[in-house]
This record gives sequence, C-alpha cells and structure tokens, in this order.
Amino acid sequence: MTQAFPFSAIVGQEEMKQALTLTAIDPTIGGVLVFGDRGTGKSTAVRALAALLPSIQAVAGCPYNCALDAPNPACPHCAQTPPAKAEIRATPVIDLPLGVTEDRVVGALDLERALTRGEKAFEPGLLARAHRGFLYIDEVNLLEDHIVDLLLDVAASGENVVEREGLSVRHPAKFVIVGSGNPEEGELRPQLLDRFGLSVEVASPSDVKQRVEVIRRRDAYERETAPFLKRWRAADTRHRKKIIAARERLAGVAVPDATLEKIAELCIALGADGLRGELTLVRAARALTAFAGATEVDQKALRAVAGMALRHRLRRDPLDEAGSTTRVARTVDEVLPA
Amino acid sequence: MTDTSAIPLSDWAAALLAVDPALGGIALSARASPARETWVEGFLTLTGRAHRRVGPGAGDDRLFGGVDLTATLRAGQPVMDPGLLAWIDTGTLVLPMAERLSLGRAARLAQAWDAGAAFAVLALDEASEDDDQIPPALLDRLAFRISLTPQAQRDALPPHTAFVPADITAAQQRLARVEVPSGVIEALTGTAAALGIPSLRAPALALRTARAAAALMGTPQVTRDTAELAAALVLAPRAIQLPPAEEEDTAPQPNDPPPPKDPSDPTSDPGETTQIPEDLLLEAARAAIPADLLAQLAARAALTRSGAAPAGAGEDQKGAARGRPAGTRPGDPRSGARLDLVATLRTAAPWQPLRRKMLGHDPGRLLITPEDFRLRRFKQKAEKVVIFVVDASGSAALARLAETKGAIELMLAEAYVRREQVALIAFRGAQAEVLLPPTRSLVQAKRRLSGLPGGGGTPLAAGLEAALALADQIGRRGQSAHLAVLTDGRANIARDGAQGRTQALADAQTVARVVRASGIASLVIDTGNRPAPTARTLAEDLGAAYLALPRADAQVLAGTLQAALDPQAA
Repeated sequence: MTQAFPFSAIVGQEEMKQALTLTAIDPTIGGVLVFGDRGTGKSTAVRALAALLPSIQAVAGCPYNCALDAPNPACPHCAQTPPAKAEIRATPVIDLPLGVTEDRVVGALDLERALTRGEKAFEPGLLARAHRGFLYIDEVNLLEDHIVDLLLDVAASGENVVEREGLSVRHPAKFVIVGSGNPEEGELRPQLLDRFGLSVEVASPSDVKQRVEVIRRRDAYERETAPFLKRWRAADTRHRKKIIAARERLAGVAVPDATLEKIAELCIALGADGLRGELTLVRAARALTAFAGATEVDQKALRAVAGMALRHRLRRDPLDEAGSTTRVARTVDEVLPA
Repeated sequence: MTDTSAIPLSDWAAALLAVDPALGGIALSARASPARETWVEGFLTLTGRAHRRVGPGAGDDRLFGGVDLTATLRAGQPVMDPGLLAWIDTGTLVLPMAERLSLGRAARLAQAWDAGAAFAVLALDEASEDDDQIPPALLDRLAFRISLTPQAQRDALPPHTAFVPADITAAQQRLARVEVPSGVIEALTGTAAALGIPSLRAPALALRTARAAAALMGTPQVTRDTAELAAALVLAPRAIQLPPAEEEDTAPQPNDPPPPKDPSDPTSDPGETTQIPEDLLLEAARAAIPADLLAQLAARAALTRSGAAPAGAGEDQKGAARGRPAGTRPGDPRSGARLDLVATLRTAAPWQPLRRKMLGHDPGRLLITPEDFRLRRFKQKAEKVVIFVVDASGSAALARLAETKGAIELMLAEAYVRREQVALIAFRGAQAEVLLPPTRSLVQAKRRLSGLPGGGGTPLAAGLEAALALADQIGRRGQSAHLAVLTDGRANIARDGAQGRTQALADAQTVARVVRASGIASLVIDTGNRPAPTARTLAEDLGAAYLALPRADAQVLAGTLQAALDPQAA
C-alpha cells in the first residue's frame, strides 16, 4: 500500500472534507454520500481520511475489531477465546468493490478449512472488517440491489447475521458508510439515500487557478512522494489532533432548546421525511461545534451543516426539476437568517 | 527521431506508455484484425515487460489473487495464489473485448491502482457503434484513446512502430530528470478546461505524457512540441465541447494577458523558460479532434452517460449469484458462484477408496479434487426494460405528444420505485431514433423527453425496427424487454425512406411480425384522435394488447400501461 495523498493537501472541496471530518468525530451521524463527476477527488479524499484517522485499540487477534474493555458479547471470536491483550490498529476503511459477491460481504463458510480439514468455520467478510470503521463504496448507485438490501439491513441493526451453509453466526458490524457516485449514471434508491447522514455534491473547481493547483500538487505527490508527504504531515497531524479533541469535547456540547426548535422548524418547512433529518442535523451541528472548540451549538453551526444533512431527505418528487441544494439553501435563509 | 511529425499518434501512445506505465494505459478501439494484433505485438515488444491477456470471463480470483484451490487440495493446507496483477507488476494487462468488461472488474482494477499497483492496461475495444462501452471508471484512468486508422494499420506493419526498445530504455533513464518549465501546467489545465473536460485526471495525465514525451525525444525539459503532443493525445479524445473559436486570432492579446506566468513560479529555470501559449495547445488538440466530433459526441454521450452503465444491469449473473435455488452444476467456485458443499462431498465420496489407493497412504482426510466441485445454480427473474416507441409524427401524435410525454414521465417514476429501466425511441420524419438508451436516471430521461420534437411523416417500420434492435441488445445483457408502442398506426414512410402508405403499412407489418416472432411482450396504445383500424391491425401483427385511448390524461394512461404490462402488480 502506498502512502495516501494527504488530507490537508486536497485543494478546495471544503464541504466534502467537512462532512468526512464530522463523521470521523461522531460516527453516529451515519455516513456520507458524495455525488459528483469523475476525477473530482472523491476516492482521494476517502483514502486520505483513512490515513488521517486516529488508530483504534482492539482485542489482539479478533477479526471483528472488538474493543478490549468492552468486547461485544455477540462476537464469535471473543466468546471462544477470552480477550487477553489489546493491539493498536488503524481505523479500518474497507473498500466494497462493485460486483462483489454476497459471500465476500457477509462472510461465508471457510472453504479451505471445510475441504481440507473437514472443519466448519466461518470466514468473516468485509462487514466484519469494517466494524468500528468505515465502509467505502465507490459507485454506490451502481451497486446491485441484493447487496444494497444486505447493507441496509446490517447498517440499521449494527449486527451481521449469517444463516447459510449450516452456519449460524452473528457478529457486531457498526460502521460508517461512505458512498460516492455519479448521479448521471443512475439514481440511488430512496431507502439507501436516507441511510446516509450527510450528502455532499462535488464538482471540478471552475477556477483555473485552483485546477492548476490540483495538478501541481498531484504531480508533486507522484514525483517526490516523500518530501511532499513531509511537507503536509504537520497539517494532517494538526487535523487529527483536532478530531481527537473534538471527540472528547463532543459530550459537553450543549444544544439549547431554542436551537432545537429552529431545527424542527427548518425540517418542517422543508418537508423532510421522518425524524432522521432532525437527528442528523443536531449531531452534525454538535460535532461541528466541538470541532470549532465551542460549547454551545449556535445558528452559525446549523447554517453550515443544514445543506449536507438535509438535501437528500426532501420529500421525493422524482420529476422535480429544481435542485434540492437550492431548495434547502432558500429555506435555511428563511428560517435561520444569517 | 528527427522527423517526429510523421509518426502516427498510435505509435506515440505505445512508446509513451512503454516509457511510463503510470500513464494508466491505452484504450484501443479496433475490430480484431491482423493489423491490430501486429500493433499490440509491437507495443508489447516495445515495453519488454511482462504481459498477460485476460478475457472478460476470467475469474476475479485469478486476476486479483486468492486461494489456489488445486494446490490447496493437493497440499491439504491453504495455498495462496498471488494473482495475475501481482505477477504482471509494472507490465501490461491486455483486456480483449474491453467493452464487455463488467463494472465490477473495472472498479476493482481502479481500486488496485489506488492501492499502489503499477500495471498498465491495454484495453481492446471491439465495440460496434451502438454497443457497449468500456466502463467509464476504467476509461477515465487510461491516458490514451486511439483507434487504428487505415493509415496507422499500414504503418504498423513491421517494423512495428517508429521506435525501438532501445529508445524506451534510454527515455526511462532520462524520465526522472525532465524539467517542467513554468506555464506548462497552466497551459495544459487551461486547455482541458477549454475543451470542457470535467475530470482533473485528464490534465494530470497530459502532464505526465508531456514529460514522458520529452524523455523520449531526449529534450531536457518539456517543450512546446511535447506539450502539444500531450494535448493531442490525452486531451483531444476527451473533449466534450469544441474550444471556443478564435474570433480575432490575429488581434494582439488585449490588456489581459494570460495569467502572469513568469513571476508565479520562481523555482523554474530562468535561463530558458519555454512559454507555451494555451492557444497553441488548443490548436494541437483541435487538430487531433475528428471533423465529425459533434456527431460522434451526441452518439457517445447517449451511450456513456446512461447506456453503458445502467444501474444493476449488464452483469451476467443469471444462474450464479442469487435467486431461487435450481440444482447444481460442476464448476470452479472461485468465479463467485456458491459451492454446494453437500453435493461436492457426495460427488467425491465414491472415489475415496480409489484415490487413497493411488496416493499410497491414508492422509486422514477427504481427498477432493477440483472436478468434484458442484456449484449452486439459481433462477431469477430478469430485469425488465420498458421500451417506449413513440410516434412523434405530425399525423396525429402531435396533438397527443404532450400527453404521451406525461404518461412516460409517470411511468418512469413508477419504474424508479420498482427498479425497472426505461428506454425511449421516437420516430418521425424519415427515421427512428433512440432518444434514451435503457436507463434509470430520471434526470436524463426527463431531459430527453422534454426535448422531443414532433412533426413529419410516420416511419412506423423504422420505429419498430429500432425497438427490435434495442430489445435484442437488452436481451443479450440478460434483461427482458417490453414494448409500449404509442402510435395511431397510420404509417406513410416505408423502410427505405420512400413515401407511400401501402408500402409503409406492408413494411410495418413485416417488422411487427418479426417482433412477435422474437417473443417480445408488447402493447399498442392508439394515440389517434379517433380509434383507427390501422393501430388495431398493428396490435394484431405484434400480438400485442391494444388500447384505444382517446383523450386520456397522463395519469390514466400510466395506470393502463401499468396494468397491461404487469397484470400481477395491478
């Protein structure tokens, strides 16, 4: 694995970077959907985030990334071998490739062991590896329906239940889904859309200077990787420390009742389905406030995250011409004047 | 290498990729032919690195690595196969029939690159005009797109290319030292922007190309020639708009000279800063753009934007991945199919004594060989694509065109919910046109629909023929096509484009019977102001359900469509 492109060195795309940072602070926000053209740095940003994230502590040898102090009672590994010592792992960021088989995702009978030793053993799949981390799906809109259904189910319950080939296994699988795709190539099912906490739209920078800077940095990264990474290491470390600090502050961030009312008002005005929008908006605003070092969610924080938290939840009118981004922006201006 | 201008672009692309495999690869569109093979052979000789041809049917495990089943069973312990990609290393992966490459395979190749793999891809695109396309995820990462023109084919005869392996080796040694003077990045990026290329990979690849070209020509830094070459090779084929024409090309640049290039980058060598005006690069790119760009663009946009990558389509997985169980068959479980363990053991059981005897001792385990594997088969309903064949002629449909559009939009919303796909064919004037290849994208569908004009003759036969061709294409992708023909049946343009009602009706009847013989479920909606016998005859010829709908509103029409096409759901 080569060294990832530094997160801080990504030119522009502020909303995408912010959304990724917020879910890193509070995973309960529930995933990021990045929609946009090809070659706009979607994969780069996700892989950069993987390199940036603080590492996690897990039970040594546990393929399900259980925490030592609180191993999940459902974990098949830790139930069998009592957790002894911990090891430091990088926060998992697992790629779910298009065209992946169901076996690879949920796990399956371990073929080699079954055939060579006659043992019935479970081979954990991608969902197990993504526990406590991120599951990255590039071209999520082209993902096959049966895989999507599966993901929805696991994402909702936080647990992967496998009942097949004489196996009966359940293990925890709590992860943040990061999806990316190009809406021109196919739409995402509304059910899946709603599972994403935040959604952002990215486009190539229209400013030539910014474009030039992108190429310049990419070129430097490819040609002089080590010095380039060194140059950005400090900024990345700063960002990581801010994320860790924000995680610690998160519980102490207050959300005043007045703000909650504003949030409800905003969601009603937009006609966002369900309460998921409100919840996500609160959590995202809280994470942003913690990241900024403040202790109380204010209107500014709300304005900053309203777009990404709500734009994919508007009541679906499949034939609506107006972009939901503009609709959200307009309503935000009405409800929360700057 | 003095007369560099005479070298065809295809040879340049081959040599440059040989110099720098990180350029990703070449998408070579040409039918299988001796000339193409000669070119491929020439390229592979030029690189001198490992290469492997991997057809679209090869298993993922073979390509990306996994358990080596045969060796595992023989050894009685897991033996891993590193996969072809690891073996290829910085060599070349040759993908024949790249247009049939699955989206999943393309995604995994892209992922491998992201993870640091350094192989190059030679994607052989054998698609005919309206067939599939190389998955965009892969295409975007390949620096070059070339097609072998007859001229290039002649030149490609031995001695294969304009370069010899020694040129490549020398260039590779020079590559790391090639300087990029200030202004080149700006010029290439600006050119890409002017050509309307949204992906920022394009200018990045163009820069790499320019550098490799400089190394190949033996110049110490990127020159105007090399940058122009890069623009022609990398940027021109990606152009989605023509660069703005120079209105006053002779007029001196007005007060606003292109961004101050000289002072912006102090690191560059001040001795010889080659200024490359963006205009020149544009010129180079423009020269490489074929004359009928716009016509090609229209066709291509229709394909790449929605046709080539419809959600959930195209994967040949009937029988292997999902659905209801339907027996077992022998095969290799690494292809993604599911192993039926019980059936496998049952197959292996009778052979155990014989195998133990052959082995000479009892290893204390079951002796299973790859022939024993039994895979589960599944049956599943193929995905449905509803093809709307819309009469947009002047005769009667014009009055109802708006209603028809409305019905299709409603139907589309319905299809969106049920994950069906919709395609749209309109016929008017002298011919039929596929306005919308099978898609689920509402954005696309709505855009095409609203732009559908009306008027002209009624080439019914042509419309049905286009629908038949599309249905055939859909069938090959493992989906099933349904037709909804919205017309008054008053054909007046024959298949050969000639006017005349008699011939036109006869032709329409012929095509309709072929459609019927192909077993395509269809439905005729009479859009005439008064129900006409012509439409009813058409329905009979098609073996279709017939609906006369004078003055339906869109909602009713959509409801009827729904009921007629899917009796269970209604």
